[in-house]
Amino acid sequence: MSETLSVLIVGVGGQGVITASEIVSEVVLNSGYDIKKSEIHGMSQRGGSVSSHIRFSKEKVYSPVAPKGSVDFMLSFEKMEGLRWIDHIKKDAVAIINDYRWDPLPVSSGKIEYTPEVNEKIKARRKAIIYKATDLAAEIGNIRVTNIVLLGTLAKLLPIEKEKWLEVIKKKVPPKTIDLNIKAFEEGYKKES
Amino acid sequence: MVKEKREILTGNEAIARGAYEYGIEQAFGYPGTPSSEILENVVKYKDSIYCQWSPNEKVAFEVSIGSAFSGRRTMVVMKHVGLNVAADPFFTVAYSGTEAGFVIISADDPGMHSSQNEQDNRNYAKFAKIPMLEPSDSQEAKDFIGEAIKISEEFDTPVLLRVTTRISHSKSIVTLEENRPNNDREFPKKNERKYVMIPGHARRRRVIMKERFEKLAKYTEASDLNFAEYKDLEIGVITNGISYQYVKEVLPDVSILKLGLTNPLPMNKIKEFADKVKKCYVVEELDPFMEDQITAAGIKVIGKEVISEIGELTPEAIYKGITGKVIELPDTVSEINLPIRPPALCPGCPHRGVYVVLKKLKARVSGDIGCYTLGVLPPLSSLDWQICMGAGVSMTLGIEKGWDDEIAGKLVGVIGDSTFLHSGVTGLIDIVYNQGTSTIIIMDNRITAMTGLQDHPGTGVTLMGDEVPELNFVELVKAIGIKHVEVVDPLDLPALERILKKEMARREPSVVITRRKCVLIDKDLERIPIEVDPEKCTGCKLCLAVGCLALSFEDGKAKVNPMLCTGCMVCARQCNFDAFKQKGEYLDFKNE
Repeated sequence: MSETLSVLIVGVGGQGVITASEIVSEVVLNSGYDIKKSEIHGMSQRGGSVSSHIRFSKEKVYSPVAPKGSVDFMLSFEKMEGLRWIDHIKKDAVAIINDYRWDPLPVSSGKIEYTPEVNEKIKARRKAIIYKATDLAAEIGNIRVTNIVLLGTLAKLLPIEKEKWLEVIKKKVPPKTIDLNIKAFEEGYKKES
Repeated sequence: MVKEKREILTGNEAIARGAYEYGIEQAFGYPGTPSSEILENVVKYKDSIYCQWSPNEKVAFEVSIGSAFSGRRTMVVMKHVGLNVAADPFFTVAYSGTEAGFVIISADDPGMHSSQNEQDNRNYAKFAKIPMLEPSDSQEAKDFIGEAIKISEEFDTPVLLRVTTRISHSKSIVTLEENRPNNDREFPKKNERKYVMIPGHARRRRVIMKERFEKLAKYTEASDLNFAEYKDLEIGVITNGISYQYVKEVLPDVSILKLGLTNPLPMNKIKEFADKVKKCYVVEELDPFMEDQITAAGIKVIGKEVISEIGELTPEAIYKGITGKVIELPDTVSEINLPIRPPALCPGCPHRGVYVVLKKLKARVSGDIGCYTLGVLPPLSSLDWQICMGAGVSMTLGIEKGWDDEIAGKLVGVIGDSTFLHSGVTGLIDIVYNQGTSTIIIMDNRITAMTGLQDHPGTGVTLMGDEVPELNFVELVKAIGIKHVEVVDPLDLPALERILKKEMARREPSVVITRRKCVLIDKDLERIPIEVDPEKCTGCKLCLAVGCLALSFEDGKAKVNPMLCTGCMVCARQCNFDAFKQKGEYLDFKNE
C-alpha cells in the first residue's frame, strides 16, 4: 500500500494559514494524488489558533485529519503554535518554523508570560528548520508574503516538482503581486535544513 | 470522450454543487457555522437556483415549505441549533409532505467549535419520523442531495441531510457532472386535505406517515447507501459519516457496515452483519443513536462503552476504543504549560468600545450569539449571561422582574443587528408589553459578522446581490413602543458613556443602537496606526485591559503592532499619561 503523506499548517487566525493550505492542496491535486484537507473555520478566525491538515496519497485517502504522531511535514507561521502542535508530527519528521512571535491575548494583556526559549523546546523534540520568514518577506517587499516564503521551504521537501508550485501560485495570488510572490517562494526554497 | 472534471471541494461546496446538479430550484437559510458556506456557494448557480437569507431559520423553513408545497424542488439550510428555531414547522411538514422534493440540511457541530451546544440532530429525524442521510465525504455530500430528492419525491416526505463540521469544512475530490433538467410541474391544484393541517386532516396524515415509514424501512434495507465491506471477521464496525473515514484510517483490516441512510436503520442488514462478525462495534460521534436502536432490536453490539459520546471523535480515540491500545507517541509537549490562544475581537472592532464602557459602568450584561460573545473572555470579561439567539433581550425581563431595586440601573442586554432581527424583536415587544425597564444595546455593525459576513434585512443587500431598502432599526424599535432610542458611534467612548449612564438610570425601557461598520467590511476606514512613546509609558497596563491583539507588553512598556492597529483609539483613551501618538502628534482626549 502506498503511503499517505500528511502536511500540517498552523498559525494564528489572519496569518494566511488557509490560503497556504489551499495552495498546497491544489498543487497536490494537480500532481495526480488523492487528497483530503481539513480545518476548522469560525471563531478561530479572530486571532485564535488555526490549523489545517492536508493528507495525500497515490491511493485512497480516508481521514481528512492527521492523527497525532503521524504528520510528515509541519509548517508553522508562529513559533509557539509550532510548539503547540509538535506532538502531531512523526519523530523523524521536519518542522518548518517561522521564528516570529505573536502574543496571544492572555500574554498581550499582561496576565501571563510568553513561553521562553520556544525554538530550543522545538529543537529538543523534532528536526526543525527555523528562520525569520516574516523578516525575509519584509526584505522582499511585503510581510504579507510570509506564507509564500514558508511554502517555498515546504516545496523543497515534498516529492512534487517546483513547476507545479509556481503554476498554482501564479493562479492563486493577485496578478499584480505575482513577481513578489514568486520571489518569496524562491527565497523560501533556498532555505536548507 | 469528455475528460472527467474533478475538483477539490468542501462538503459545503459539494452540497451546493449537488443542489445545482440535481435540480434544486429554490434554497433558503440563515447563516450559522458550520453551514454558512452552503448558500454562499449556491449563489454561484443563481442562474438556475433562486436563493436567499431569511431573518431566521423558522422563517427560512416556512418559506421553504411554501416553495415545496408550490411544486418547486427546495432546500433549506441551517446549523444544528437553527433547527431548534425551525422545529415547529419541521415536525408538521413531516405530516403533510410536499409537492416537490424537499431537503433539509442540518450542519451539526460536534466538539462545539463555534456553537453553544453539541446536540445530535440525528434525533430530530427519528423524532419527526423522516428519512435521514449522512455523507462521509464531499463526493457523498453531493451525491446524497440527488438521493435525498429522489427519496423525498418517491415517498412524499421531507428528507434530513445531516452533516457535521468535519464534513462541511473538509475538502476532498468530487467528480462534477452537468445539471439535470428541472421538473416540469405546473402550479398544483388545491389539496387542502393534505396541505391544511387541521386536526382532522393531520390525523389522516399521521396514519399515512406510519405506512410511509414502514415502506422506508424496506427501502433502507435494499439501499446501496448502506453496504458491508467484509475483511477480518474477528471485528466488525457499524459506522456512519466522518467516523467511517477514521475507522478506515486506523483499522484497515476490520469488517465495516457503512451506513449512509441512517433513519430508518436497515435492521436486517445490521443483524446479518453482526451475526457474521465475532465482535461487533458501533462507532458513531455524539449520541448512541444507532447503538440504542440496534440494542433495542436485540442485537449485541459494543458502542459508547468504548467510544465517547462527548465531543468530536478522532482516529486515535477510535483506535484506542476498539483495540485498547494507544498509538505510540514520541515525547510530547504536555509537560509545557503553553499560553492558550483564544479568539478575540479584531483590532478596531466596534464592539470593544461598548464593552469597555459597560465594564467601567459595572453593568450586569445579558448577552447573545455573535462575535460580541467574545466579550465574555478576559480581559474584557463583560458578559454575565448568554444562552441562545434572542435571549440577550428577553432574559433581561426575567432578571429584573424578581430583583427590581437591586438590579435597577445596572442591567443591560446586548445583541447584534442580525441577531436582533433573528429573534430579538419579540423579546423587546415583551419588555414593552410587560413594563420592563432594561436598556437594550443593539450592536449594529451592519453585517452578520461571526458566520463570515453575510447580509441581512438591515444591510439593504440580498444574498443574490439585489439592493433593497434597509430595515430601519430606529423606526422598528419606536413602533414597538420604546420611547427612548439613541444611536451612537461605539468608538466615541465619551458619548457612549454619557448615553448609557442616562439610559441605564431611566426606569423605563430604552434602546441604544451602537452603529459602526464591522472593521472587516469597512472599506472607507482610514487605518492610521497609533504608537506608544516609551518615555511616557509608565507600564501601568491600563490600555492592555481593552483586550486588543494589536497591543503587547514588552520590556515593561505597552507596544502597538502597526500592522494590526486601525487607530480606533479605544486603548489610547485609557491612558492617564498621554503616552499615545498618531502621525507623530501626542493624542489628548482631556477636552472631550
